Amino acid sequence: MTDTLVEARGLTKRFDDLTAVDGIDFDIHQGEAFGFLGPNGAGKTSTMKMITTVSPITEGKLTVFGLDPTTQGRSIRQRIGVVPQEDNLDLELTVSENLYIYGRYHDMSRAEINPRITELLEFAQLSDRRDSTVEPLSGGMKRRLTIARALINDPDLIILDEPTTGLDPQARHLLWDRLYRLKRDGATLIITTHYMDEAEQLCDRLVVMDQGKIVAEGSPRELIEQYAPREVLELRFDDEQRDDAVIKMDGVAARSEVLADRVLLYTDDADDTQRALHDRGVHPEQVLVRRSTLEDVFLRLTGRRLID
Amino acid sequence: MSVSAPSRISGIGRLTPFRAQRIWEHNYIAYRRLWKVVFSGFFEPVFYLFSVGVGIGALVGDVSGPGGVPVSYAAFVAPALMAASAMNGAVIETTFNIFFKLRFQNVYEGILTTPMQPADIAIGEIGWALLRGVLYSSTFIIVMVVMGLTTSWLAILAIPGSVLVGFAFGAVGLAATTYMRSWQDFDLVTLATMPMFLFSGTFYPLDVYPPAIQLVAKISPLYHGTELLRGFTLGVLDWTMLVHALFLLVMGLIGAAIANRRLDAMLRK
Amino acid sequence: MTVLSRSLRVAESEAIAYRRTWRGTVISSFINPILFLAAMGAGLGSLVDSGSGELAVPYLAFVATGLMAASGMQNGATDGSFPVMAGILWRKNFIGAISTPISPSDIIYGRFLWAMLRLTFVLVVFAVIAVLFGAMEIGPALLAVPPAVLTGLGFLTVITSWTVTQKDGLSLSTLFRFAIVPLFLFSGTFFPISQLPGFLQPVAYVTPLFHGVELVRKIALPGVDASVVTSIPMWIHFAYLLTMVAVGLYLSTRLLDKRLRP
Repeated sequence: MTDTLVEARGLTKRFDDLTAVDGIDFDIHQGEAFGFLGPNGAGKTSTMKMITTVSPITEGKLTVFGLDPTTQGRSIRQRIGVVPQEDNLDLELTVSENLYIYGRYHDMSRAEINPRITELLEFAQLSDRRDSTVEPLSGGMKRRLTIARALINDPDLIILDEPTTGLDPQARHLLWDRLYRLKRDGATLIITTHYMDEAEQLCDRLVVMDQGKIVAEGSPRELIEQYAPREVLELRFDDEQRDDAVIKMDGVAARSEVLADRVLLYTDDADDTQRALHDRGVHPEQVLVRRSTLEDVFLRLTGRRLID
Repeated sequence: MSVSAPSRISGIGRLTPFRAQRIWEHNYIAYRRLWKVVFSGFFEPVFYLFSVGVGIGALVGDVSGPGGVPVSYAAFVAPALMAASAMNGAVIETTFNIFFKLRFQNVYEGILTTPMQPADIAIGEIGWALLRGVLYSSTFIIVMVVMGLTTSWLAILAIPGSVLVGFAFGAVGLAATTYMRSWQDFDLVTLATMPMFLFSGTFYPLDVYPPAIQLVAKISPLYHGTELLRGFTLGVLDWTMLVHALFLLVMGLIGAAIANRRLDAMLRK
Repeated sequence: MTVLSRSLRVAESEAIAYRRTWRGTVISSFINPILFLAAMGAGLGSLVDSGSGELAVPYLAFVATGLMAASGMQNGATDGSFPVMAGILWRKNFIGAISTPISPSDIIYGRFLWAMLRLTFVLVVFAVIAVLFGAMEIGPALLAVPPAVLTGLGFLTVITSWTVTQKDGLSLSTLFRFAIVPLFLFSGTFFPISQLPGFLQPVAYVTPLFHGVELVRKIALPGVDASVVTSIPMWIHFAYLLTMVAVGLYLSTRLLDKRLRP
């Protein structure tokens, strides 16, 4: 298969007595945006580190561009761009110098790098910060610079570990827009995230990870259709009424989840369900109707929420 | 905004086997703005030299140099200060600076996602540290020449000599840094370099000590550096200098090997 | 609360912090001075005493007294620089403190009280060790502790007032490189000022460390002659150092106030 960029079979990573990644299989194809969705500690970052060849594989098989990370790490890294979970920009260097030196690490010549810097800074909307130091940049700017840095060698595969964690909503949307452009122009992206909206926005296909294992795989739409009815009713109750209401609601919806602060009812028709609740004499303090999301998929698969 | 994603270009990047020099390039860019800080490090040994030259020297008079030849006190101490400046330059570089990049900035983790390897980092950083040490020692030797503290042409060999000193201390410094957990551990660096500076035959010949203490002092790497450079600047060659050079070389190689292994283990978990 | 009780609170907070950080000061406060005493006093001393014989006292005694004042300077300068910058910029504990009834001048006075205590302890330890080395007699050595402390306080206050005007930590290293180290090497610690070239001697005479060193030497080594110390009366040294403390306190309270409450 020529268009498979990353192939994993039984991929496993163990640290002493902790199994971070537990025998997972996946294929990532040319031109797609592939997501790893899961809570912190699910094994996403460990998987990324094995793909980027900075973490040795404990067991199983992994190829990147058909190459073996153990023996051909250098050739693999030459063709990838990595945006790590925590920014590791060089605070001693300016914005453009950060890009320049990564070009040099890839053994590009000055003549190759300089036009590329101009282009990338424009892409990252940092052209006016070219000679600024990194320290005073906002979180969103730093992230965009890190992404620009990952693109300096025109990688065949771009790996983004939690690209928008810690950013404010505005900065996230700006970043998503940039990633969307990359995708549109044919880049292959691997994205890890514990935000369902991010996965829905960016990923063509994704796997849901939990405790080192892959628990589901598909496109965001497929996963939602497969694991969660179309709509969700979110109900809030007074503390005294809650237990009583939970008993009364039994069987009113396809599935229900009782969370600490609210009760979720999964249903294909929220209006029907609301009428049924009324008939049973259940009167919540607050009702919210929404579409199912990947968060609901995750809750269904693991019994836990993505973000605690 | 009508900006599109960056264009695809072909034939980018090459795989060369050795790219430790990229670390030098990085440090050069970073230090262009900090040259004043680097340059100011040159003054401390020069102040010591003046203090010895104008003050203490007059109290001491002549001392017996290599081979028992009497030399002025300042001429005796100067090569030792030169060795110490090579040591200090290399140690500051591979301990404080590297620790920050390693533990707080995660700079190396980023670098290792490019074709760079841990060995490139180890070799590059040790080489850079050595350069800083040599920068100090070679400017120092100019001061010595101006002050008339060395007249032999052999003194030019003190520069490669200080390369060895810088290599030995830079490599061991880098290895030590990989073991450091917090800033408090840096007290141990001072605790190692300060006694070495004072007791390695820097300010007087070792024979003022009882034989047992002499033996301890001779284990000090700075002692070997000092004796090597002293032989060159005073123009007295002696086969024991070969031993001193060998000591520093072996120390540097062991330090570099440990540093390389440790960095690899730390950065590629 | 009175100024005194507020200042004592600040001193208390310094003492609490010290319980965690004392390990870091052991080397600079105790080990380094002792290493210098052993290397320069005992080691180099054997060369000096068998050399020109220009000094009327053993070189060990000469260096020990010099180092005692220099140790006061080192400790005072250190306390007046990095922790002050930390209080404003890094740890921001000064910023926290002034949101309570503590005022900037209380911070200055409190740190002054604490430094007095710490300097006394450090210098008594040094004096006792110097006595064990045989550098001086115990009585005069202990009598010389207060002038060494005074030297430290002079540096503490003046450097504090300078530090609070600085933008970042970079200039602090410059201060040590281009002021403290030269003072250490040229203000009479290791050789009499009379050895300096004539045009430099007046410069040395006006440096604060010179007055500290002279004072310690005149008290710790009673009856030393003119080859070792100058004939400047002791009250001048005292007046110099006391003025330094007074000016330093005045300036640092003003300038810290301006820095923290612009």
